[in-house]
Amino acid sequence: MKEKKLVFEISRPGRKAYSLPDCDVPEKKLEEMIPKQHIRKTNPELPELSEVDVVRHFTGLSRRNHGVDSGFYPLGSCTMKYNPKINEDIARLGGFARVHPYQPQDTVQGCLELLYRMDGMLSEITGMDKVSLQPAAGAHGEMTGLMIIKAYHEYLGEKRRTKIIVPDSAHGTNPASAAMAGFEVVEIKSNEKGGVDLESLKAAVNEETAGLMLTNPNTLGLFEDNIEEIAWIVHQAGGLLYYDGANANAIMGISRPGDMGFDIVHLNLHKTFSTPHGGGGPGSGPVGVKKHLVPFLPSPVVEFKNGVYSLNYDLPLSIGRVHSFYGNFGVIVKAYAYIMSMGAEGLSKISTTAVLNANYLMNRLKEYYVLPYDNTCMHEFVLSGQRQKEQGVSALDIAKRLLDFGVHPPTIYFPLIVKEAMMIEPTETESRETLDEFADTMIQIAKEAEECPQIIKSAPHITVVGRLDEAKAARNPVLRWMKEE
Amino acid sequence: MSRYIPNTDEQQQSMLKELGMEAIDELFKGIPESVRMKRKLDLPEAMAELELLTHMNRLASNNRNLDEYTGFLGAGAYDHFIPSIVGHMLSRQEFYTAYTPYQPEISQGTLQAIFEYQTMICELTGMEVANASMYDGASALAEAASMSCNATCRKEIIVAGSVHPAYREVLRTYSKFYGSRIFETGYDNGTVKISDIESRLSSDTAAVIIQNPNFFGLLEDIEQLEKLVHGKGALLVVSVDPISLAILKPPGESGADIVVGEGQSLGSPVSFGGPYLGFFAASKGLLRKMPGRIVGQTTDDAGNRGFVLTMQAREQHIRREKATSNICSNQALNALAATIYLTVLGKQGLRDVAMLCLQKAHYAFEQLIATGVFEPCFAGPFFKEFAVRCCMPVEKLNEELLSSKIIGGYKLEKDYPELAGCWLIAVTEKRSRMEIDNFVEKASKIIERWGRRAI
Repeated sequence: MKEKKLVFEISRPGRKAYSLPDCDVPEKKLEEMIPKQHIRKTNPELPELSEVDVVRHFTGLSRRNHGVDSGFYPLGSCTMKYNPKINEDIARLGGFARVHPYQPQDTVQGCLELLYRMDGMLSEITGMDKVSLQPAAGAHGEMTGLMIIKAYHEYLGEKRRTKIIVPDSAHGTNPASAAMAGFEVVEIKSNEKGGVDLESLKAAVNEETAGLMLTNPNTLGLFEDNIEEIAWIVHQAGGLLYYDGANANAIMGISRPGDMGFDIVHLNLHKTFSTPHGGGGPGSGPVGVKKHLVPFLPSPVVEFKNGVYSLNYDLPLSIGRVHSFYGNFGVIVKAYAYIMSMGAEGLSKISTTAVLNANYLMNRLKEYYVLPYDNTCMHEFVLSGQRQKEQGVSALDIAKRLLDFGVHPPTIYFPLIVKEAMMIEPTETESRETLDEFADTMIQIAKEAEECPQIIKSAPHITVVGRLDEAKAARNPVLRWMKEE
Repeated sequence: MSRYIPNTDEQQQSMLKELGMEAIDELFKGIPESVRMKRKLDLPEAMAELELLTHMNRLASNNRNLDEYTGFLGAGAYDHFIPSIVGHMLSRQEFYTAYTPYQPEISQGTLQAIFEYQTMICELTGMEVANASMYDGASALAEAASMSCNATCRKEIIVAGSVHPAYREVLRTYSKFYGSRIFETGYDNGTVKISDIESRLSSDTAAVIIQNPNFFGLLEDIEQLEKLVHGKGALLVVSVDPISLAILKPPGESGADIVVGEGQSLGSPVSFGGPYLGFFAASKGLLRKMPGRIVGQTTDDAGNRGFVLTMQAREQHIRREKATSNICSNQALNALAATIYLTVLGKQGLRDVAMLCLQKAHYAFEQLIATGVFEPCFAGPFFKEFAVRCCMPVEKLNEELLSSKIIGGYKLEKDYPELAGCWLIAVTEKRSRMEIDNFVEKASKIIERWGRRAI
């Protein structure tokens, strides 16, 4: 276990890693162009390194990281599937990467065509009528979708509709996005099958209901088979149904939210559509809507008329902009290339394989860990570590022990409705051998919990740092490096 | 058989057998027939890699790009030089195929890089704390506004009319739904109309937002504003150009409470508008109200230094509807690009880039004025952008410049109807003297031809 120096700690005055040409225009004095009071008195403490130092520093940092390319990454709800390399090359083409967003529209017909076709393909995949690619992440898409819901109700004069219903199993971004859109959040409890409790839902909807946010399959990886009745209950009460597309990897080509009764959806291109997660982003969260909500989509919208693609800003009912330009275009390019590589059959195969992989893994593990909902799952499933907890080993401990085996742990402590939750999503890009290896590891850990829990509680052992003190980090926040005086 | 799906049909059959199933369709029994698709998705036929490349190359070649054309277009997205190392380091797969560093022990690469990034943003802006990124400059500004309302328990935001129009649009969208009021000021000779702020400032003002350099490229007087704003107990929010901060006084030293901006200039390509990088920094007292992920330093059980996501109690996965923001995924890879860029350029290099932009922009400005067919729209110090006026419609001028392989500046009339004929020109360190001279010559010739046509 070795500490790694910060870039500031390997800096030496006078070193440089850059090469810039000399100024070839007549130079004026700085004070002639910028008044003295606007000029910085001291330089920012940026590091000074030679090029080889820069390369070794960041190469070294990368080797202290685990990505999908390093090994299995069954982080439930995040769909950590393999990121196709060809799509990286494509996004870097000068004709995509070096195009300015404000160029005259006739000089960016390729970009506009891509966005327009992507709108069409995502609409088809989700069963919606139009898709905006502007939101830059899933949560951003949720917020945008909820703003559309609010705008719609206000347009109809329904000002009392101030509440959004969210299941207690929902991802935290759901209620957080609702709050940002100005809604009050009403939480309803899940039933004993982990699905929406219909009686609770019926009791919760009224004339103040703007809508219900739902993921399907839900965050337990289970399909809400009552979905049509749920849609009916919400629509009857005058509300709209919002689909959180985080789990779309389970149902492509099999079922579409538009056919289930959803009015509005968002997708996560960095989950379902294979764009890389980037260490935390950038993602992309396109929003799709049914016809009655199209007028409210963010502005501008890409149109195609008489052989020409154009940006339409004349959208009087639009909620406005949520991004400075048109969204995370470079991410959208990769997802577009992915869909074009897969085709309809490819996408269906992805979902059926993802679901098979998850069920296979669940079946291998259910004797060793508590399975709170023993049903056929979709693309992910949730185990509970409660048996191990009784033996003194928590889900957190299990996660840390997995690190010793070169595997990224599953999502832990989510959803909130399962004690010591471990959410496992293998995705379709993993082989049976990898799944078996993971299952064997989890089984070994279950045995360790019975026989020698200490090895789990003191994990991880082989990572570059041992278990880190998160409590200390929050108690005494040190959020930047400071030069010693 | 897709190259991305390892399990063969044979393997899938044997896995199904273990589940007591014959066909993969049995896994979907639980989905009601009424919502099952009865047809294939209507999508184009799958393309092999070669076909895909042909298709994507066609789409890409239907765009003019800044490699083939010389660009003088800025307005919030800039053609800066990206050192070749940036791309190489970003392509390290352990960086870009990882997700959020929830398990810090195997994410020290990402976490340390973000810690270094946060430090650099603080150094540039003169602020005490910075987060791990927002989606872009516009959403960072909008969230700075909601954070100000939250921190002061007030409902009104005053924003300068000299702030980027798209940023003000995003601010209006967020505020409309969040429940705060926006008042937009006018501008005076290109900079914010202070009297508008003075007259509007009240005990209900949560924040005053300005941009420096502003949308017209001009410098705003932050210090004059600071006294006014703090005098009424409101917060001062400044949106900045990070390259300019190599030369300009950091807003933190002028008393700003929150500093945001667009980090695309720091190592990300223009990429038709995204992915970009919203940076967000604030004073320590506002830490608990900040949106977004934050990385902090700590130790492991052996006393080794390490880094973790911290202050997570502010965030959506813990506080849900009471979180400071809904943000989950951010722009981590773009933040990494910025970290690498700022490391490569370093203390001296960033200053060199900023000085080159400054000198070249001022040279271009003087050359354009010297032709006699352009006049300045405003008087006042500027950084790398400036507005000039001519007698010709800007979109016509830009159209004709295309045949000389030049992408001209931004048509200000689009957002400011009173600024007809005004052209916003950006000049970065990439523009050689020859390119600038050529641009000036071509532009003035086009205008002279136009002038003669009109007679």
